[in-house]
Amino acid sequence: MSQATLRVQKISGHAGSIPGEGTQREEQVCKLVDTTTCIGCKACEIACQEWNDLPFATTSFDNTYQTMPHTEWNFWNLIKFNEHPKADGGFMWLMRKDQCMHCADPGCLAACPSDGAIVQYANGIVDFQQDHCIGCGYCITGCPFDIPKFNPTTKKVYKCTLCSDRVSNGLEPACIKACPTGCLHFGTKDDMRDLAQKRVEQLREHYGFENAGVYDPPGVGGTGVIYVLHDVTQPEAYGGLPSNPSISWAVRLWKTPLKYLGNLAMLGGLIGVTLHYLRFGPKTVKRDEEERRP
Amino acid sequence: MHWIAGLSYVYLLVTGLAFWSPYLFWLSDLVGGGPVARFWHPWIGVVWFVAVFWMFTAWRRDMRTTDADRAWAQHIGDYIRNQDENLPPIGRFNIGQKQFFWVMFYGGIALLLSGVVMWFVNDIPWEWLRHSAVLVHVVSALLTIGAFIIHVYMGTAMVRGGFTSIIRGEVSGSWARMHHRLWYEQIRGGRPGKREGA
Repeated sequence: MSQATLRVQKISGHAGSIPGEGTQREEQVCKLVDTTTCIGCKACEIACQEWNDLPFATTSFDNTYQTMPHTEWNFWNLIKFNEHPKADGGFMWLMRKDQCMHCADPGCLAACPSDGAIVQYANGIVDFQQDHCIGCGYCITGCPFDIPKFNPTTKKVYKCTLCSDRVSNGLEPACIKACPTGCLHFGTKDDMRDLAQKRVEQLREHYGFENAGVYDPPGVGGTGVIYVLHDVTQPEAYGGLPSNPSISWAVRLWKTPLKYLGNLAMLGGLIGVTLHYLRFGPKTVKRDEEERRP
Repeated sequence: MHWIAGLSYVYLLVTGLAFWSPYLFWLSDLVGGGPVARFWHPWIGVVWFVAVFWMFTAWRRDMRTTDADRAWAQHIGDYIRNQDENLPPIGRFNIGQKQFFWVMFYGGIALLLSGVVMWFVNDIPWEWLRHSAVLVHVVSALLTIGAFIIHVYMGTAMVRGGFTSIIRGEVSGSWARMHHRLWYEQIRGGRPGKREGA
């Protein structure tokens, strides 16, 4: 994985075409998170904070093993903890590593109005370029996973970068390096899907998890982060993972048909008043002799 | 009153259009850059709404639709074709002005409420609210922009004396008698001399 993987293929808020758009994609990178072997040690949370030089984040204790209520501008990677009662009376501790999913069809990028504030590289990583960010928060509205978070001091938005700086230098992301159980894997999308599929078969055949599966939502075109879940039919149990995420119809409506209609209406209005003036001209007041005083 | 509302609206229009379309994003550079525009847009929005609300408190009674308006509206074609001789008399504001007022007032409320949600979007946990706020804000903005285009056209190019009236705060007697006869007679009936109309 070289610098070439950081060739940009999608740019937010961009007027006009993008050079290199639609070129043959090379290897798409992917992070595989196996929730069935996660022990919730938080090494990945620490590694992310360390690598990205993020300051301590304040939190609130909620009586569980979850570090923070949700991701923050300075906390990009969070193990979400849920106690899940099973149908047979037992219960499980579900721990899912929550961070940016690096969607193939990113909602944040679609919503962003600023040229180049959000880019997607040829390897599938979706990155924020804070230099171009205007702090409007449209990406927060666009993301189906509620990931981007606003920093009120710098007035910019932040999220997991899939360690694009490490990846472009041939290294794996910091979280993968730190994981002690090996439940985090990194490689090409094809390899990770194969690995995930093998694990799912193992879960089904040997561990009695009939509904085990791979979470790689097609609604956003597939994601750069995929999960192996004990029960892929209930993703919400894993800290609110949306079951069929896609870019909301409201965001699609806003960015495409409403945009064309609105622009047409405004242009039409301007043309209309010009035509009216050319056809009918202004009203004239007769400066008349009727101005009498009582 | 008019100038505070008008100038703040123009700022909102320029910055709003910059956020609306990538092809117009360069407009934000005219007013200090993207982050600056994002910072000031909501504050100027509040200023604009305060001005609109001020107008509401001053003119809400004048802006009710009357029978004179309904009679006038039957001849709207004559008004558009500048054949004003055939028009029945109306009061201080014609029905078009009244409709413009209400579009801006209710549009302004919608813009304010949806705008506040968008302003503090990081703190809004309900996804449906974020989504609906964006759509409400965009549709209300487009409606007020359409109204604004017509309003500025009519006030400047179409109705001579309109623009002068918001600079000087007055209109001539003959202008008032031609365009707003009932109001002219109401004023003249009481006291002689010109009367202020903001």
